[in-house]
Amino acid sequence: MEFFKIKRDIPFMRHALIFNAVSFITFFMAVFFLFSRGLHLSVEFTGGTLMEVGFSQPVALDPMRAQIAALGYTDVQVQNFGSARDVLIRMPAAKGTNATEQSTRVMSALKETDAQAVLKRSEFVGPQVGDELAIDGLKALAFVVVGIMIYLAIRFEWKYAVAGIIANLHDVIIILGFFAYFQWEFSLPVLAAVLAVLGYSVNESVVIFDRVRENFRRFRKMNTVEIIDNAITSTISRTIITHGSTQLMVLSMLLFGGATLHYFALALTIGILFGIYSSVFVAAAIAMWLGIKREDLIKVVKKDGSDEDPNDPNAGAVV
Amino acid sequence: MNRYAVWKYLVILIAVLLGSLYTLPNFFGEAPAVQVSPGRTSVKVDLDTQGKVEEALKAAGLTASMLTLENNSLKARFETTDQQLKAKDAVQRTLNPDADNPSYIVALNLIARTPTWLSSLHAAPMYLGLDLRGGVHFMLQVDMQAALTKKAEALAGELRSSMREKNIRHGGISRNGQAIEIIFKDQSSADATATMIRDQFADLLTQVTPQAGGDMLMSATLKPEAGRKVQDQALKQNITTLHNRINELGVAEPVIQQQGLDRIVVQLPGVQDTAKAKDILGRTATLEIRMVDESSEARQAEIGSGMAPFGAEKYLDRNGQAVIVKKQVLLTGENLTDAQPGFDNQTQEAAVYLTLDSKGARIFKDVTRENVGKRMAILLFEKGKGEVVTAPVIRTEIGGGRVQISGSMTSMEAADTALLLRAGSLAAPMEIIEERTIGPSLGAENIAKGFDSVTWGFVAVTAFMCVYYMLFGVISSIALAVNLLLLVAVLSMMQATLTLPGMAAMALVLGMAIDANVLINERVREELRNGAAPQTAIHIGYDRAWSTILDSNVTTLIAGLALLAFGSGPVRGFAVVHCLGILTSMFSAVFFSRGLVNLWYGRQKRLQSVSIGTVWRPDDLTAKAIDRAKAD
Repeated sequence: MEFFKIKRDIPFMRHALIFNAVSFITFFMAVFFLFSRGLHLSVEFTGGTLMEVGFSQPVALDPMRAQIAALGYTDVQVQNFGSARDVLIRMPAAKGTNATEQSTRVMSALKETDAQAVLKRSEFVGPQVGDELAIDGLKALAFVVVGIMIYLAIRFEWKYAVAGIIANLHDVIIILGFFAYFQWEFSLPVLAAVLAVLGYSVNESVVIFDRVRENFRRFRKMNTVEIIDNAITSTISRTIITHGSTQLMVLSMLLFGGATLHYFALALTIGILFGIYSSVFVAAAIAMWLGIKREDLIKVVKKDGSDEDPNDPNAGAVV
Repeated sequence: MNRYAVWKYLVILIAVLLGSLYTLPNFFGEAPAVQVSPGRTSVKVDLDTQGKVEEALKAAGLTASMLTLENNSLKARFETTDQQLKAKDAVQRTLNPDADNPSYIVALNLIARTPTWLSSLHAAPMYLGLDLRGGVHFMLQVDMQAALTKKAEALAGELRSSMREKNIRHGGISRNGQAIEIIFKDQSSADATATMIRDQFADLLTQVTPQAGGDMLMSATLKPEAGRKVQDQALKQNITTLHNRINELGVAEPVIQQQGLDRIVVQLPGVQDTAKAKDILGRTATLEIRMVDESSEARQAEIGSGMAPFGAEKYLDRNGQAVIVKKQVLLTGENLTDAQPGFDNQTQEAAVYLTLDSKGARIFKDVTRENVGKRMAILLFEKGKGEVVTAPVIRTEIGGGRVQISGSMTSMEAADTALLLRAGSLAAPMEIIEERTIGPSLGAENIAKGFDSVTWGFVAVTAFMCVYYMLFGVISSIALAVNLLLLVAVLSMMQATLTLPGMAAMALVLGMAIDANVLINERVREELRNGAAPQTAIHIGYDRAWSTILDSNVTTLIAGLALLAFGSGPVRGFAVVHCLGILTSMFSAVFFSRGLVNLWYGRQKRLQSVSIGTVWRPDDLTAKAIDRAKAD
């Protein structure tokens, strides 16, 4: 079986401008939504109490909201979680009152209505922990960005490092943009997914850059644009198959992982889909704009003699 | 060229064997058990205890399928939960005849059904996190500022009595924040005090500043290293106290760990009554012993008319009765090493016995000698709010550090007071800053969901691989299975905690691990497409793909390490599995799968074709490639 019967190199770079424009627009939309709507952060980041309560039969949410408000807690979110019988209650960290007692009080109130109600899960996070988690998250992001850039710079050259990281950071922003637009809950596992996807989708840029370097060595007559086109064309099948197989796993999580893993899998899905787009179209295009050349990469193997560039203007007179 | 040396096959064989061996314990499941552990530090669980338990079980007509004694704890395994519950009652009755004051913790637990020969190889199933087995997780923040303030307060008290002993005159000692301030009228007493502090209070740094009116102000502060020591001790003492409190809950395998400089993590697997757990843990209290002010003004204030006199404060006791106590703290919970309920030898009244450390005993002796017939109050502070636990009358001078409080108490009240006093010997107040509760049913649900995700993802990926890459796909799938096997084996060996995010990481890492095989297979196809001979194609395919695989794994690993370094809680569980999975995938996807390919194809000298699915050749493309190669 073969999905990719490509006869000749696809001139991807001819449309580089369009791809970059599409990227810019999605990127700015993502940034816009991030600022206008903001992320819907989970209690882990904001501090507060979260309760998952299971009832014996489907329950109406409005009376429950009223019931909890009657206890004196304001700004409480009540919503179904997974099924009509499971309810998720979120309460912001209440100042002054004993926050750890919140869940106990709410639970006993709920038990009055339905004696069968069970507290399946509860979580209380103090505000000081939330701030720390947010800072640690940003530190982790910085660590990944710097680490990957250093690696790419050593492995290839700074232009590739810049191109690779811009392309993949733009994925991260787009994932965040989705979470902001749909107001999906941004929790710690989602953060983990975002960082994992950042490390993962850089791979695809690496595959293409690897091929670009190889092509620079093999095909001396081609110019940079042709070399990039050839590199993308010859790697597109593996890019799509590798991402596809990872997506199969993620899909399985999305389908069977239940509500807890839902947003985690969703973040991975967006990351993987945009990862293909960004490594193929964005990273290579940026690398092209930055002016990658044969000389940047080949000088290391010059000792080989046969690899000397005949077009090199400095070649010739040897003293 | 596609041959492996024998040692390489040996490495593969050993890895797979070890992997299977250490994965095996995960398949036996868990059995209900009763676990007996010491309820106090003075109690030991030994062969003697085992004998008693065996007898108790025999008397109840029960037989344990396995009885093991290790690490000062006894575990008895049963076939059904019904037997387990009966056994717990029987053992509880035998070992703890006095239910109010249990010497042993008899708790329900689940233990692995791992056969003995596997356990003797230290093969154990993966350790499931709270989100998979249910339980409570708390993170407590120790208020270090309060610990330092308290230390300063205690030091101020000691300074005061030392100066009195030496007859040094001063114009008042007070605590200002964490500094002790002493006012002197003359230079000589200031000098004498400075010398005394240097000799007897090595933890203090002094500084003298002249004040208006010829007075001198000496400010003594804790040295930074002494401050650190105070914080360290405060944390340690809090952990010990938490241990004691949790023992009262009867949890089989509690985890109490220091996290960072000022935090304590408590995990109670299997605890279902979270309200009670929180209640006991949340009693973040400190203890102080002060004298009751018995001046006439104070008496007035006690009845409710008038303010508390200068140097005294008003607190309520547990019945809501006002008690006016002096501000000066005689002893703190730090000096209290133990509090136990018991009975008076002569009157058989319920009593509470306190044990003080040597310094506490000395101070207590002085105080009681000077105050026979007066009342002293034991106060418990919870989050800044004080309450008088008990205010007994001092009958005689008490030396030796053994204090008995008795009179008009039921044995229940005595036990309560003792618990409160013990709880009060926390060095610094604590606050719950994070709490997670997972019901046992949710834990089981989470296991099922994680398991389903991994299984179905695995099935889908292997099905695709087998169809798309034929035999190479089958080999890739076997390699993926080996990866899963090794990952589970390493997790079991390390006894790393498996959580739901960890299971998600397992699924994700399998999805990423198959990438390496896709890269290899695509590369081999490409070489075949460009007209390479099958053996050469395999060789070049693996060779060229390797550098790409290494690159991609390094970048993924960077992300994994960042999560490991900066992540906490659920993220860390994810990161551990993620990083380990990447490492095992390098072995299985490259080294192991190459081994299988070599075994299958390597021996065939005249290999005509390989089963790797369609190698599609556009004629003009091949021609173009050849042209290009020639042009070079």
